[in-house]
Amino acid sequence: MDWSPILISMKTASLSIFITFFLGILAAWLVVRMRNPVWKLISDGILTLPLVLPPTVMGFFLLDLFGVKGWIGSFFVEYFSIKIAFSWPATVLAAVTMSFPLMYRSARGAFEQVDQNLISAARTLGMGEWEIFARVLLPNAIPGVVSGGVLAFARGLGEFGATSMIAGNIAGKTRTLPMAVYSEVAAGNMDTAYDYVAVIVVIAFLSVCIMNGAAWKAGKETHGG
Amino acid sequence: MEADGNICLEVKIEKRLKSFTLDVGFQTEGGCLGILGPSGCGKSMALKSIAGIVSPDRGRIAVRYGRGEQERILYDSSCKKNESPQRRRVGYLFQNYALFPNMSVEENIGIGVRGREKKIRVREMLERFRLGGLEKRYPGQLSGGQQQRVALARIMAYEPEVILLDEPFSAMDTHLKEKLRLELGEILKDYHGISILVTHDRDEAYQLCSNMLLMDQGQVIAGGNTKALFQNPVTCRAARFTGCKNISRIERTGERRIRALDWGNLELTTAEAVGDEITAVGIRAHDFEAVSGEEAEKWADCPEGNLIPVRNPSVSEMPFEWYVTLDHGLWWKTEKSIHVHSPEQVIPQWLRVPPSALILLTGEPE
Repeated sequence: MDWSPILISMKTASLSIFITFFLGILAAWLVVRMRNPVWKLISDGILTLPLVLPPTVMGFFLLDLFGVKGWIGSFFVEYFSIKIAFSWPATVLAAVTMSFPLMYRSARGAFEQVDQNLISAARTLGMGEWEIFARVLLPNAIPGVVSGGVLAFARGLGEFGATSMIAGNIAGKTRTLPMAVYSEVAAGNMDTAYDYVAVIVVIAFLSVCIMNGAAWKAGKETHGG
Repeated sequence: MEADGNICLEVKIEKRLKSFTLDVGFQTEGGCLGILGPSGCGKSMALKSIAGIVSPDRGRIAVRYGRGEQERILYDSSCKKNESPQRRRVGYLFQNYALFPNMSVEENIGIGVRGREKKIRVREMLERFRLGGLEKRYPGQLSGGQQQRVALARIMAYEPEVILLDEPFSAMDTHLKEKLRLELGEILKDYHGISILVTHDRDEAYQLCSNMLLMDQGQVIAGGNTKALFQNPVTCRAARFTGCKNISRIERTGERRIRALDWGNLELTTAEAVGDEITAVGIRAHDFEAVSGEEAEKWADCPEGNLIPVRNPSVSEMPFEWYVTLDHGLWWKTEKSIHVHSPEQVIPQWLRVPPSALILLTGEPE
């Protein structure tokens, strides 16, 4: 069995959840703070789009932007001589894009459920906005934020559609576990496909257990167990 | 704080709310100002505007010092000034206390204190609010009374110039409420800044506040010294707010004579002359005197008799009072011992209202 899809998937899923986690929280905080309801609605719509569009359509957009002839893609080629499309970073790009809305929406929901009086009280006690975010809002939203992280991680690990569009299915380079399953089945190697499937199931199950445990522990601590 | 000397808060705010417009203006100096009004009358919104949690549509909020030479503007729509809540130095006690559940008692208390004095100040507050031994606990592990003390300690540690108390006892049971009201009274006595208490509980406002505003539908309907306001509420609406149960429209029949139209054209003599502006009379449910048949004969010829016959009363027993409803819906409350259960012994044939107990009112009774 070729181990590279497992390594590639682990690398991609870990880096992408790291990026998504912070981006999602930041985006949620910014949207929650928006005063203008119209802007809020529009921003929310755009940020949620990857969740509701077919993954191939998102992959199409990514290709359009990050392809060698795309705005961003051509910029990278010209100034850094880096080709993003069909390289390993593209798998991360696809995973981040597709898992982002889950993180963002979970974090936003968790922030909105924090008692607004806590925020107001913090303001009247002279706490700065950033301090309020770090010491009041985030700690009291941790269980929801962490479970958003679980979902986003699982989504990133299983990402297929957008990855195939922007990163392709290059063995040893961009072939992630879901890609490998697809390729092995297409080639009629059901036994190898079984192995990959087993690995995915184990990783997914373990990660959900670990993160759920963390969320439970965090929740307990916040409420003074 | 003492160095600030006389400090005065001036408030004038307008804000359009769902079903009415909040439009209040007042000034308050030392001592606690009570804002009494029914739920949803806009009183909490007024407090939130002062703290900067919500923004009014128009108006001005300022803290003045000394003899008015110096002032600090918190909000002024005419010059587009809207100070952030962080910079207003206005403490706010929330109905649910809004303690940070992820912080221990001492972290909560110290959160608004900067710099080196933090430790000392926190220790001082723990002692002053009798929270010793609880400093490592989390809010979820405290009783309602302890939570309130932590919330007050947190505000006091921040040394605000104004403290706003939003229905501080609404989430408590009666027994705890009475004890904590006394405690809060002591705390407010020691506080030299401005304090405003918002409540729908008459007793609470009377007990804790030297001055009072009555608010309804976003408007201030009466205001002034608490005791004076209860003794002479002036308008029918204010009388209702201060708990006057019996109000009737009147017809003036003499300089000190009136006919109460809603009480079966009862003729009454007042203590003061009845002016043209007087349209109604009020009698507090506790202000009737029980009169026996014999005594009633004596009073009958006297113009100051003000006798009311007691016919088919409906009686309801409370632990320490009888609630008696007479003809025309007149309410009479009379004290009783907890050992007495039969109303027959206390229900007289007649009731009498001393002329001084008649409250002359203007405006329309509802």
